[in-house]
Amino acid sequence: MSAEDQSAPREPSGHQQSVVVHDRGAAIEQSDAFENPGLPPHRPRQTDLHPHKERRAERQVVGWFLLSMLGSVLAIVAYIAVPIELGNMASVRANNLFLGLSIALALLGIGIGAMHWARQLMSSHEVVEERHLTRGSEPSRARAVEIFQLGDEESGFSRRSLIRNTLIGAIALVPLPAVVLFRDLAPAQDAVEAIAHTMWRPGMRLALDPSGALIRAADVTQGSAFHVIPEPLAEIGHNEGYLDQKALAAVLLVRVPPERLNEVPGREGWSYDGIVAYSKICTHVGCPVALYEQQTHHLLCPCHQSTFDVSNHAKVVFGPAKRPLPQLPITVDDEGYLVAQRDFTEPIGASFFERLQHVDPEHVPLSAAETENRA
Amino acid sequence: MATRKKTGRRHPLASTALLLIGLVAAGGASAAVGTIANANPAPESAYSQSLTVEDGAELFRANCATCHGMNAQGTQNGTSLIGVGAASVNFQVMTGRMPMAFQGPQALKRDPMFTQEQSDAMGDWVASLAPGPERPAEEWLDTSQVSDEGLANGGVLFRINCAMCHNLAGAGGALTEGKFAPPLNGVDAAHIYEAMLTGPQNMPVFNDANIAPEQKREIIAYLRYLDDNPSVGGFDLGALGPVSEGLFIWIFGLGGLVAVTVWLTSKPN
Repeated sequence: MSAEDQSAPREPSGHQQSVVVHDRGAAIEQSDAFENPGLPPHRPRQTDLHPHKERRAERQVVGWFLLSMLGSVLAIVAYIAVPIELGNMASVRANNLFLGLSIALALLGIGIGAMHWARQLMSSHEVVEERHLTRGSEPSRARAVEIFQLGDEESGFSRRSLIRNTLIGAIALVPLPAVVLFRDLAPAQDAVEAIAHTMWRPGMRLALDPSGALIRAADVTQGSAFHVIPEPLAEIGHNEGYLDQKALAAVLLVRVPPERLNEVPGREGWSYDGIVAYSKICTHVGCPVALYEQQTHHLLCPCHQSTFDVSNHAKVVFGPAKRPLPQLPITVDDEGYLVAQRDFTEPIGASFFERLQHVDPEHVPLSAAETENRA
Repeated sequence: MATRKKTGRRHPLASTALLLIGLVAAGGASAAVGTIANANPAPESAYSQSLTVEDGAELFRANCATCHGMNAQGTQNGTSLIGVGAASVNFQVMTGRMPMAFQGPQALKRDPMFTQEQSDAMGDWVASLAPGPERPAEEWLDTSQVSDEGLANGGVLFRINCAMCHNLAGAGGALTEGKFAPPLNGVDAAHIYEAMLTGPQNMPVFNDANIAPEQKREIIAYLRYLDDNPSVGGFDLGALGPVSEGLFIWIFGLGGLVAVTVWLTSKPN
């Protein structure tokens, strides 16, 4: 039986519903059925009972509308009387404040007045609006099908299949230029190549952010925190990818007392005289980790509170990060300046699908005990 | 009489008014008590004569040696002060962080216990034990010498070296395990300089090779600029960013919307 057959008996009674009862063992006893309690008796408002209260409510509504007019005028006055003066930030604040207050008064005056009018003075009789079926009536549904069929017949949409198919093909091709255009917004370089390596190279000197001044090992006194960029980065212009490169290569340089510094075998040569350099980009989602506590040697990420222990290969001691911060192997050159031995041995920052393919064979991973010993 | 009948009924705003009066009274009393409790007898007149290094040693032994040892060598309750320099002593003593009120995650700022002369005498004595960072020269605290360009540079240096802990607006922020970076608004220029130079508590040291004295002066000038140019947008809600702003909009913004909705749909009596 199709849906039409089932609904056929309803036809004669028009929109009135005839309920088809299916006994599934869940019939409700009529005596238990919920009864519509109807609306509570209508209570007249104070404004309906007392003429003086009605007049007062009328005055209040008028008052709100007058306040709104005052607000509109005040906004114009404030704009002229409290102008924004170039270079004077306090004038911006005053201008914003007075404009905002007066425009708020103008809009709220209309809104509150209208609401007050409706609540206190307009008719307060309760009105019931019945819900209707979403489904259209059978005649209107049949008529809709008729219109479609007539349209198909007159246009020949089904009959002239060549025209129809070429139209579908043309519509299908329209979005293609957009795909190509938007695809070209991505970096021309392969995305993975762009983030898998930084600009650190063997022998590249460590320099201060942002001046580019070189750093001697002796300058890094105990407790210091140096925010470091590669020396050539200071010469790169903002339009030449300065921020892109900085976001990859930024490094924090600190000196840990020898008795506090724990170095795993294979990484002893990566520090110089207790001076260690770690990527400043969090391994969780890439925020700059730079909240260095010089007594605990903990590095805190301000975004999600991941905490790294710098004295212990920047292993994670708290928070959502899963991997230690990548370490930049450093040494000094013959002039006493700190230099990188090479690029990071693993991609810096947050994980990405191809990350493991770009871990260098020379990378010295921390043992499971080193990384999982979370506080 | 119809109007007489009202006497038995409270005005609808009576409870709100009573609550406000109560809050104002309690707050006022608390503030008054606090002012009296914090009132400090001004001792400066008694010590206006210059104090010697020996006086500094006496003051140190009387007030600091319990934790730092008779010769500032340190004990299990306090670090060694050999080589911390006069700058460190001036910062810790004149911001009231030392003597420490109690052992905790970090020493808290409060009214200083000593006069500038007493602090200087102790600083001179500590500096005589071993060389260390000296109190900054007046030249490096005079922010009137900083040009507009220097001011902008101070902002850049502040954002690179300081803002991650102390907040972009210098409003301070939380660190780990109860430690925090204090707000920087209104802090004395000498104390800002000394904090950068000596790295008190968990703050890193920013020595002159890292941030030169001229640059430290630019950073101080930038902080002064932040003090003198309050938030353009009006209430900055502590300048703590999404935390305080989010809290405000969730409680007062959404709360206000709920209140308006309740008002719109309620029946007038």
